[in-house]
Amino acid sequence: MTTAAQRTTTVAAPLSGLGGGFLGAVYIVWWRDLIRYWRDRARVGASLAQPLLYLVIFGTGLASSLGGGFGASAPGGAGVSYTQFIYPGVISMSVLFTAIFGAMSIVWDREFGFMRELLVAPIDRAAIAVGKTLGGATQAMIQGLILLVLAPFVGVTLAPLVIAQVVVLTFVLAFGLSAMGVALASFMRSMQGFQVVMNFLMMPMFFLSGALFPLVGLPGWMTVLTRLNPASYGIDPIRRVLLGSSGFPVERFAISIFDQTLAIPVEAAIVLAFGAVMLLVAVRAFQRRD
Amino acid sequence: MSAVIEVKGLVKKYGELEAVRGIDLTVEQGEVFGFLGPNGAGKTTTISILCTLLRPTAGDARVAGVDVSHDPAEVRRRIGLVFQDPSLDDQLTARENLELHGRIYGVPGALRRERIDELLAVVELADRANSLVKTFSGGMKRRLEIARGVLHHPQILFLDEPTLGLDPQTRKHIWDYLNSLRKREGVTLFMTTHYMDEAEFCDRIAIIDRGTIAALGSPAELKGRIGGDVITLAVADVPAAAREIKERFDIAPLAANGTLRIEVADGASFLPRLVRELSMPISTVSLSRPSLDDVFLKLTGHAIRTEGASEKDMMRNMGRMWRGGRR
Repeated sequence: MTTAAQRTTTVAAPLSGLGGGFLGAVYIVWWRDLIRYWRDRARVGASLAQPLLYLVIFGTGLASSLGGGFGASAPGGAGVSYTQFIYPGVISMSVLFTAIFGAMSIVWDREFGFMRELLVAPIDRAAIAVGKTLGGATQAMIQGLILLVLAPFVGVTLAPLVIAQVVVLTFVLAFGLSAMGVALASFMRSMQGFQVVMNFLMMPMFFLSGALFPLVGLPGWMTVLTRLNPASYGIDPIRRVLLGSSGFPVERFAISIFDQTLAIPVEAAIVLAFGAVMLLVAVRAFQRRD
Repeated sequence: MSAVIEVKGLVKKYGELEAVRGIDLTVEQGEVFGFLGPNGAGKTTTISILCTLLRPTAGDARVAGVDVSHDPAEVRRRIGLVFQDPSLDDQLTARENLELHGRIYGVPGALRRERIDELLAVVELADRANSLVKTFSGGMKRRLEIARGVLHHPQILFLDEPTLGLDPQTRKHIWDYLNSLRKREGVTLFMTTHYMDEAEFCDRIAIIDRGTIAALGSPAELKGRIGGDVITLAVADVPAAAREIKERFDIAPLAANGTLRIEVADGASFLPRLVRELSMPISTVSLSRPSLDDVFLKLTGHAIRTEGASEKDMMRNMGRMWRGGRR
């Protein structure tokens, strides 16, 4: 008994140091998410089905009735096909769904999974919120970027610089949405709320984001909703970079507020700021103890 | 011997509902301490307060010498936890799960690897160290969680219903592992259970009912509170039989689950008399030494009962079905 007690004390000493520190804990949470993602490749493949359906069937179907000159400045002028228009939207959809679904898994994980192990650990719970947000954002980003392999089929050329910009912008969108998902999940106590989030948040966000139709010339109420939607500012720059670089006239679809077209860095900054606020909310919620 | 857990006047309220209504107890170092009671009695709430997952509404609790309200992080460093529901990551291997735990608790590299190998051997999972946890049986998962719980050399290991949902043979095994770990590590075990037979393994038991401790002592002491033997009687009309026994023998029987329990000093000689003198037909009768079930019934006036399913229980069942269906 005495020896055991002594052993306890000797080992407790190095432990009382920092427990890996804040960044160490963030890294552990992030790393675990990525390992899980990597091990679940079957699901990764399956989750690409929906974006492909939108792109191939929905896109082709609407493109056929809209004609090729969608978005042309003059009748008969150069434009984008509808398939091309929604290509960045479909990438963003993949990001949106992965980010929110990923965050919702926290609700389950907290009651019956590994999250409980994290919540009782002697680490700052803020690290869990940050690690979860970054882990979800990384997965969502990869899920979106995988769709870049379809670029040649849509007629988009990918220069290295374009890829670099798209990677950054996709991560920004993924971060904003993942932070929002984690914040929401931190207030949910059961999976029952999930349907509500799905129907009253995710779908409206998706439809009002400019993923499927341009955010120009809409009725007033809808214009307001689309401008309040943070996802709009994430998707628009991805489209402008991805399609604009291939010479498609997409600047005319860019988001404007009071007739001012927003610059790409401004749009990215809006999404980042939104993500930061959501992350702060999530951190607060995680640190609360009943 | 010194106290590793000291609790005084612990109260936890959820709005109007008082889940814990003034609990006092002391647990000594190296002890196996059992918290016995039905679901909804306040066991999990109490253990959650001791593990700093919940804040007490009132009262004091010191765990491993640290006040749970003042320095929760320090308490967490000094304790290990095994939950009612599995909290392993089943997409990771056994070793990865332990590795993550060691990192989170800041166990330094070389020591961590050595300790992981040692513990995997103790719980006999060394040959499955690199298998994904989702391929493990319920008993294997529980063993791994126990190994994880002591990885960082905690002074106290808390176990909330550690054998829930396991078959009797596996339960027996889990106890063997727990006992060998206790001998090796000198760790104090604080556990909740609603299995009476498991409470027999504990050095001391607190019987908790409706948020208060109804009795505290060793299993033998508690059973000694029953005055001798227990006769269990099944009859068609329980209330009528209870009245008759009260009038004829001046003994107050307890009614539970459609049977009557009678405590008597000398059961072997009382039983024939009872059968002879009772005016109504008896369908079955048995004579036994007192069990903890009898103690519980006597102290609380009701059998171990399970309350209605909470939202969490429903989610838990949903999860079992879902996980079962995926296999």
